[in-house]
Amino acid sequence: MKIGLTARQKEDQAAFRAFVNEEIVPHADRYDREECIPSELIAKLAQRGYLGAMLPEEYGGRGMDMITYGLLNEELGRGCSSVRGLVTVQSMIAQTILKWGSKHQKELWLNRMSSGDVIAAFALTEPDVGSDAKNIKTTVTLADDSYVLSGRKKWITFGQIADLFLVFGQCDGKPCAFLIEKDAPGLSMEPVYGMLGVRASMLAELHLNDCQIPRENLVGGVGFGFVPVALLALDLGRYSVAWGCVGIAQACLEACVQYAGEREQFGVYLKEHQLIQQMITDMIVNVKAARLLCCQAGYLKELGDPNSVLETLVAKYFSSTMATRAANDAVQIHGALGCSSAHAVQRYLRDAKIMEIIEGTTQIHQIKIAEYGYQGCIS
Amino acid sequence: MEKNKAKIRAFLAQHFQNHHLQDDEDIFANGFVNSLFAMRLVLFVESEFAIKIENEDLKIENFRTINALAHLVRRKTASLA
Repeated sequence: MKIGLTARQKEDQAAFRAFVNEEIVPHADRYDREECIPSELIAKLAQRGYLGAMLPEEYGGRGMDMITYGLLNEELGRGCSSVRGLVTVQSMIAQTILKWGSKHQKELWLNRMSSGDVIAAFALTEPDVGSDAKNIKTTVTLADDSYVLSGRKKWITFGQIADLFLVFGQCDGKPCAFLIEKDAPGLSMEPVYGMLGVRASMLAELHLNDCQIPRENLVGGVGFGFVPVALLALDLGRYSVAWGCVGIAQACLEACVQYAGEREQFGVYLKEHQLIQQMITDMIVNVKAARLLCCQAGYLKELGDPNSVLETLVAKYFSSTMATRAANDAVQIHGALGCSSAHAVQRYLRDAKIMEIIEGTTQIHQIKIAEYGYQGCIS
Repeated sequence: MEKNKAKIRAFLAQHFQNHHLQDDEDIFANGFVNSLFAMRLVLFVESEFAIKIENEDLKIENFRTINALAHLVRRKTASLA
C-alpha cells in the first residue's frame, strides 16, 4: 500500500498553490467585505481550466482526476471559500450534465461552462425547505411542449451572476430537475446580502412565476430518474466542500504557526506556551486526518466504488466540523487581532461555520453515517 | 445470468440485512430504499459489471427487482459486445 500523490498531481498542486497565493490570498478579505468576486478573477479561473476542472478535453475541460480536483478545492479553500464555491458549483452542474444530460445539453453547455462564458448555479433549496429536500414545493406542470415551473429558490450560490440554473421541482408529486437559462420567461432574481460567511458567494433568491421552458431541458428522468441526477451533484458538492474545509484549516494552521512565532507574551513567544502547542497540535493532526479521509473518498470515487458515497459523507462531516474547531482556535490564538477585520482568521471562522450547513448539515451527516453503520458499513 | 444475480443479491443483502430478498421482490415497495442507497445501487451496477448506466436506463423498472437488475446488466453487456 502506498499513500502518496503522483508526480503529476504534485505538479498540479504546486501550480494551484502558486495561483491561489498570487491571485486570491491578497484579495480575499476584500471580496468578503465587498460581497463580490470580480469578473477578472473568474476569467483567470477559466483561463486556467478550473471552471471545467473535471470535464474531458473534448468539452474544453482539464480532465482532472478526483484527487487532483480535490487538491484544487483544498488550495482554493485555503485562499477563499467563496472562490472555491464558484468552482465547486460549476463542477457540480458540469458533471451532472456530462453524466445525465442529453447529447444536445452537453453540446449546448459544456464547452461554454469550461470557458467561463456560462456560469452555472444549483437551485434546490427553498425558503421553507432545506434539509428536507424531498418536500420541495416548486411545482412543475406539463403544458404542450413545455414545462411550467412555479416557486421560489433561496440561498442560491452565485445566483446573482449565473447564466444557467439546475432547478429542482415536483411534477405530479415526483421530483425532477431542469436546466433553466437566466432569461427564461417568468424567472427573476433577487440578490441576498449580509450572510455570516462565504460572503462573496453572490447568493440570490430566484422567483419562478409560471416559468416556461422547453421539454428538452429536463435532466435525467422524473421520479426515480431524478435521484442519481440530484445525488451526483450533491455528492460531488460534499466532496468539494470536504476538501475546501481542509484548505480552511490549513490556512488557520499556517496563520497560527506564523503568529505564534512572532508574538511574545510573558517574555516568550506564544509558541513556547504549552496550551498554544496543544491547539496547534490538534490542528496539525486534524488537518492530516481530514486530508486522508478526502483522499480515501476521492480514490473510491475514481474507481466508481459505491462505498464512495459513505466515505464522502464521512470526509465532509469530519472536515467541516474540524475546520470550525481549527478556525475557532485560530481566532483564540490571535486574540483581539483574530477578532478584527485586520486579520483573515475571523473570515476563516465565519466561512467554516457555513461549511457545516451547506451540502447537508452536520446533523444530516450524523443521521446518514449512522444509517450506513447499521447496514454493516463500518469497516 | 445466475452469477450476476448472486452478485446483485450479495450487494442488496447489505441493505436488507434481516430479510431474504426474492428475485422478483420489489425492493422499493417496502420503503427500505432511500435515495442514497439508490445512488449506491447505480454505482454498484456500473462498477461491478463494467457498464455505463445512461439517461434512458434511469427507469425504476430497471432497478426494481433482482431479476430486473440482472436483465438490465445482460442488455447493457450485450450492447457492449
